[in-house]
Amino acid sequence: MFMDKAVKYILFVSAILSIIIVLAIAFFIFRESLLAWSEIGVGEMLFRRVWRPGQDQFGILAMILGSVAVTFGSIVIGVPLAIGTAVFLGEIAPKGVREILRPAVQLLAGIPSVVYGLFGMVVLVPIVRNLGVAGNSGFGLLAASIVLAVMILPTITSISEDAIRAVPDSYRSGSLALGATKWQTITQVVLPAGRSGIIAGIILGVGRALGETMAMIMVIGNSVIFPKPLNQNPLTFFLSQARTLTGNIAVEISYATGVHESALFATGVVLFLLIIIVNVSARWLISHQSEIQTTRQS
Amino acid sequence: MIEETRNPDVLSGRLVKASNLKTRNTSQKIWFGVMWLFGLITFLILLLVIGYVLIQGAKVVDWQFLSTAPKGGLSGEGGVSTTLGTTLYLVLLTIVIATPLGVGGAIYLIEYAGEQSLKSPVLKVLIDIANFAVETLAGIPSIIFGLFGYALFVSALQFGWSLLSASLAGACLVLPTIIRTTEEALLTVPDDYRRGSLALGATKWQTLYRVILPASLPGIITGIILSVGRVISETAVFFVTLGGSHRLPTSIMDGGRSLALHLYYLAMDTRAFEKAMGTGAVLVVMIIMINLVIDFVSRKLTAGLRSR
Repeated sequence: MFMDKAVKYILFVSAILSIIIVLAIAFFIFRESLLAWSEIGVGEMLFRRVWRPGQDQFGILAMILGSVAVTFGSIVIGVPLAIGTAVFLGEIAPKGVREILRPAVQLLAGIPSVVYGLFGMVVLVPIVRNLGVAGNSGFGLLAASIVLAVMILPTITSISEDAIRAVPDSYRSGSLALGATKWQTITQVVLPAGRSGIIAGIILGVGRALGETMAMIMVIGNSVIFPKPLNQNPLTFFLSQARTLTGNIAVEISYATGVHESALFATGVVLFLLIIIVNVSARWLISHQSEIQTTRQS
Repeated sequence: MIEETRNPDVLSGRLVKASNLKTRNTSQKIWFGVMWLFGLITFLILLLVIGYVLIQGAKVVDWQFLSTAPKGGLSGEGGVSTTLGTTLYLVLLTIVIATPLGVGGAIYLIEYAGEQSLKSPVLKVLIDIANFAVETLAGIPSIIFGLFGYALFVSALQFGWSLLSASLAGACLVLPTIIRTTEEALLTVPDDYRRGSLALGATKWQTLYRVILPASLPGIITGIILSVGRVISETAVFFVTLGGSHRLPTSIMDGGRSLALHLYYLAMDTRAFEKAMGTGAVLVVMIIMINLVIDFVSRKLTAGLRSR
């Protein structure tokens, strides 16, 4: 009996370890950032465009814009492909094709981000460089968005496929019985019914995109300039070099000291808060979807 | 709900518009073609990335590449032997730290949480928060784990850039993976097993140790292998906690560089792209093997479930 109790307490401690780690992460990152918030000021950090640690200028707006722009780019490229692949896997593909494509998507998720980064540097960047716009180095938001789109593809595909599979077969049968074609059933019954799961998948993809570090450092150019179009054509914005919040931390943390180091932790706080908001809304949507489905079925 | 009042109108409205069966079938054919294309593109992307890295990498990977140490500095010369060793140490240490904690936590959340939360409302709240914390941990980007590891293990506890700091931070990173896969494995163990064991007079601990854990072992192993894959491919966490020395660490207080980290330094600091591709090919082969093993284990698992 003593053994039973001892085991119970040990297991309990490991169960609440996750709580302790989350709190410790929040505590340490926030504590280390306090110096920066008080020395530099919240508004100065969040809304200043210039990041020059050597001259005590610590504005992270350029990095916020970099992260948001590259995430947006990856969503524009990746989401149609991911949802198309999910529809294909869940509704259309024959069993044999599905059994090849699904492990392939899994493998895509397992490839290290540095390998994607390297592929981007060696293959994609030279292609982008050939676009022939003055000031275009190939490194920048476009190359980074494409790399990131491939990296978030597996996340969005597998969650969307789960959402599509979770739609009860009676919905499909009902629609087909009304004379709708399979494609009409997919677009007007299955996808709307699985909508919140699919949106949750996209939001989790956004979370992954915001958090990606190494591949971004390798292809985005890491310049601390404020990203802007290279000429009159606003689309050349995506040829501009940039830096992400994650890259800012990784590149400078190993040599930063004092206020500079603290400002990097403050960058981490901003990233942490963004991710928490994104993930909590995705969780809420996923639980919301299962509620809708249980009430519908009953 | 809202959909139920709205959908029939929308549906019938659109159906009337596209009532011509021929048009609808043509549109279906076109769109199915587009969906096949999407599936094909996804598959081709994988083939392109893996194929390119393996073919380019094969030019430099041979026994000598795998068995000689990198020269270090900015030369980019030499092989990857010490980084293979560092990766192995890092994987072992991280898994040794994370597995007991993750498996233990999962056992509590599945086997004890139900009865315990009936006993005390405080415990119930704690258990709910623990579940939420696991979800949160799984979504935190790796650079934040790195930053945390840097602040706590490297600086505050003064472990420095070392295997110890890196594997402690890495353990936090893979903890949710191990917890979730173990939980799933425990849930597949039928309740009859638990009741049967308890009815024979076994204690809860004996039931766990002799009945439930053996039955859920393949699932737990899957979680561990998944975590091995994550540690091998992870770079951001170790970029800020492991140092970057090209030498083989001789104690857990020594720094080093894993294979993935080595790839990064080769590509970014040295621009030694051929060697980086070779390193990438080694990484990709490792990840493919890990995926095959996971596939094999989970097939065994489902086969085992069916035979029951």
